[in-house]
Amino acid sequence: MTESLISKSIKRNEDPRLLTGNSTFIDDIEFPGMLHVAIKRSDYAHGVIKSIDTSEAKKIPGVVAIYTAEDLGDYWKAGPLQVPPPTAIPGAIFHARPLECIAKNKIRFSGEPIAVVVAESRYIAEDALDYIYLDVEMLDYVGDLEKAVEPGSALVHEDLGSNLAADVVQEVGNYEKAAAEADVVIKKRIVTTHVAGGAIENRGFVAQWDDNMKILNCWATTQGPIPMRNSIARYLGLMENQIRMINPSIGGGFGPKIMSSQIDDVIIPWIAMKLKKPIKWFEDRRENFLGTTSERDQVHYAEIALKNDGTILGVKDVFYHNTGAYDPYGMTIPLNTQTHVISNYKVPNYYTEIKMVFTNQMVVTPVRGAGRSHGIFVMERLLDAAAKKLGMDPVELRRKNLLPPEAFPFKTGVTGQDFVENILDSGNYPMALEKTVQALEYDKFKKEIQPKLRAEGKHKGIGIIMFTEGTAVGPYEGAKVMVGVTGKVNVVCAYSNQGQGHYTTLAQICASQLGVKVTDINVVIGDTGQFQWGVGAFASRGITLVGTAVHQASLKVREKALELGSKLLNTPKEELELEDGCIRIADLPEKSISLGELAMKANPTRGTVEEGMEPGLEAAAYYGPPHGATGFGCLGMIIDVDAETCKPKIERLVLTDDCGTPINPMIVDGQLHGGLQMGIGESFYEKLVYDEYGQMVTASYMDYLFPQASDMPAKMEIKHSVTPSPLNPLGVKGIGEAGAICVPACFMQALEDALYENDLDIVESSLNPSMLFHYVQKAKSA
Amino acid sequence: MADKMKVKITVNGTLYEREVEPRLLLSDFIRHDLGLTGTHVGCEHGLCGACTVLMNGEAVRSCILFTVMADGADIKTVESLGTMEKMHPIQEAFQEKHALQCGFCTPGFLMTTVEYLGKNPNPTAEEAREAIDGNFCRCTGYENIVEAVQLAAKKMAAHEQ
Repeated sequence: MTESLISKSIKRNEDPRLLTGNSTFIDDIEFPGMLHVAIKRSDYAHGVIKSIDTSEAKKIPGVVAIYTAEDLGDYWKAGPLQVPPPTAIPGAIFHARPLECIAKNKIRFSGEPIAVVVAESRYIAEDALDYIYLDVEMLDYVGDLEKAVEPGSALVHEDLGSNLAADVVQEVGNYEKAAAEADVVIKKRIVTTHVAGGAIENRGFVAQWDDNMKILNCWATTQGPIPMRNSIARYLGLMENQIRMINPSIGGGFGPKIMSSQIDDVIIPWIAMKLKKPIKWFEDRRENFLGTTSERDQVHYAEIALKNDGTILGVKDVFYHNTGAYDPYGMTIPLNTQTHVISNYKVPNYYTEIKMVFTNQMVVTPVRGAGRSHGIFVMERLLDAAAKKLGMDPVELRRKNLLPPEAFPFKTGVTGQDFVENILDSGNYPMALEKTVQALEYDKFKKEIQPKLRAEGKHKGIGIIMFTEGTAVGPYEGAKVMVGVTGKVNVVCAYSNQGQGHYTTLAQICASQLGVKVTDINVVIGDTGQFQWGVGAFASRGITLVGTAVHQASLKVREKALELGSKLLNTPKEELELEDGCIRIADLPEKSISLGELAMKANPTRGTVEEGMEPGLEAAAYYGPPHGATGFGCLGMIIDVDAETCKPKIERLVLTDDCGTPINPMIVDGQLHGGLQMGIGESFYEKLVYDEYGQMVTASYMDYLFPQASDMPAKMEIKHSVTPSPLNPLGVKGIGEAGAICVPACFMQALEDALYENDLDIVESSLNPSMLFHYVQKAKSA
Repeated sequence: MADKMKVKITVNGTLYEREVEPRLLLSDFIRHDLGLTGTHVGCEHGLCGACTVLMNGEAVRSCILFTVMADGADIKTVESLGTMEKMHPIQEAFQEKHALQCGFCTPGFLMTTVEYLGKNPNPTAEEAREAIDGNFCRCTGYENIVEAVQLAAKKMAAHEQ
């Protein structure tokens, strides 16, 4: 019996190289004669380009070339949409305005690229930026989501006649009828905050053109190497296999590294071919804030209709979603919002409308959470308001309305980001709720502890919220498993790894079938020279999609090895076992053949083979689910607030999470820890702020508060339940975003409970001490 | 452009005599001139701590120091710790506690920890948290790093016995 290594907390294969400085990150790549790129970005948010003068900059010694849109000639064109329009939704209106990688006639956001400098060193390239002069006829800045779609607003794309990028309505049942029959209808305006991905490594791109071989070698920090390679092929008119796209080690992704057809991947390969020199660009932190993508900016007009006993009759949510200056990433984020609002509760009537809006801000694409946290925030805030109005305990109200375990698989009736009806594959929400409630001793806290604390003048509040994490959407991923002649095993895929631990978890899945050590499996991720098919790292889909493909490919290789072993050992397959790197007869372990030897035999070099034979102990497999797998959980927090300074301290944090079968529980907890940190960051620290002219005033870590160790609770108490997904053989679901999704809703509930003397009505997903103080003052004067 | 200046800097026990531009950042000198790419640059304004190295035993941000300011100094980078085959106890502790995910910020945390444990060889969890508060990590939520610092302290004490 081959030992299963699934659900074991195995130390990571990738750690020794990362810990000793032996990993190659993008900026570590150096070639002789390499030239360096710096990008000139617009200081203006909105304007018509009158002229760009690069003549003085070109005179600086060491500057090799400078390119503007004009210099690109016919090469300049808007990139393809990275995510297709939501045509699957009847009546959906979507105006495609794909990314223009470098501004041509018009500037649409502050930070938009306008020129590219190539120089002998990065220092010289940056010097030259200061000598490029941009003459612009300024236009009014469009930044307010609601005003942007009013008549008379300045237009981001004049030809559209409006800043409305998309309008998508979905309805289940009849909300208006439900509202008319309800005892209570609560309406709220709710805002979710604009946050950055904030990976510690910025983005980067290296290109090297081999003019004799006609091969373009590229290294990029992309989360989607295949789409990026294909975009480059389309731009340059090359065949896919003329481009080898490699992910070096990547220092965190969190969403924004998914984008392709941006300035770097469009222009840098073109320059490398033109100049026949290796070219490197490594983004700096300011550029990352200004010009890379970000997310979360939504304004919701939400309503909930209930009976007096707390039964939800319906929810209505009309919301504005900021897509920034272009919409290359389609509607992934707001569609996630639509599906997640109603993903935990029985909501028989639901009306939801997205009004996606163009603004003069950086392009919006997913950041860990990607619309899901907004949906959860809206629903949980509505429930908190309802609990207050009805005089019900917030946990009791949730308990009453949760989808029961027997409801699964549950069709929500709303189409999701994968353009199929959102089906919640499996779940046991009451169990998650009760686990968290018990761990926090909720009833005791409410009935015994909190009254005493309040009598002592203390402000300690509790929050408990439910959430789901829609993960593992299609279309597909693939992988190839190959046993080498040394008996070690290669697992290759064109996915992308930014720290998720795939070098270990994919090895665990493979090792569980092939009976080899996890450390004897070499996982290659994101090298299009080794594997040609895949989509990319988003929507917490790696371990489910690639993992299942690795599982299936490993089963095929196992079968192949057993067939060949059976012939060579003259023993029926059923009597063989695959363990310790060899095939042996179960009852006669001394009669064995090593996997390395089998791999040699599987590739005969003389003689003949049987018809239909496929050489090597090698197999590829592809996996595409019919729809996503939904993780879920319940977060509870106790927050102690200093009523004078409005500084909160998270005293306890209990998260019950269910992501199906965990492949490596240690790594699962790590994903939750990091997600929770981002959620805490969003709730009280991080905020991207544009001023009234469209200048970002938080484009450094001095101004954009990154959550530090002292901002985190002393202990994140993580509880698990395991409800395997019925969609795949391992029963796995994704885990990458859960932590980031759940915090803001819980945080605000706990703050309101802590500052109980004032009836706070927190409607934003991000606060700070000053904002919280203002909420208190407003409530006092009400 | 200003004339180049001569510097003598010892990095990981090797003395380097180089001519550098006065504006060359110490982080770029270490990474690009010396090829010691274990030191990473995350923000270039001294906030994130990924570029932390030891200068004369003190943890400093190499992205906000000019190379010429390190003339005559003794610098230690992550490459001065263990090897892949034989890691330093702090590195072992980080692996065992899953205190890294993408690993980009990790060299800065390691060098901060080297300095800190030299001063406080037996920190409480609270002290360990305080010690790493100036380094940013986006992946781990810091909890496992705090535990790794404490485990490293134990491992180092055991080594010395």
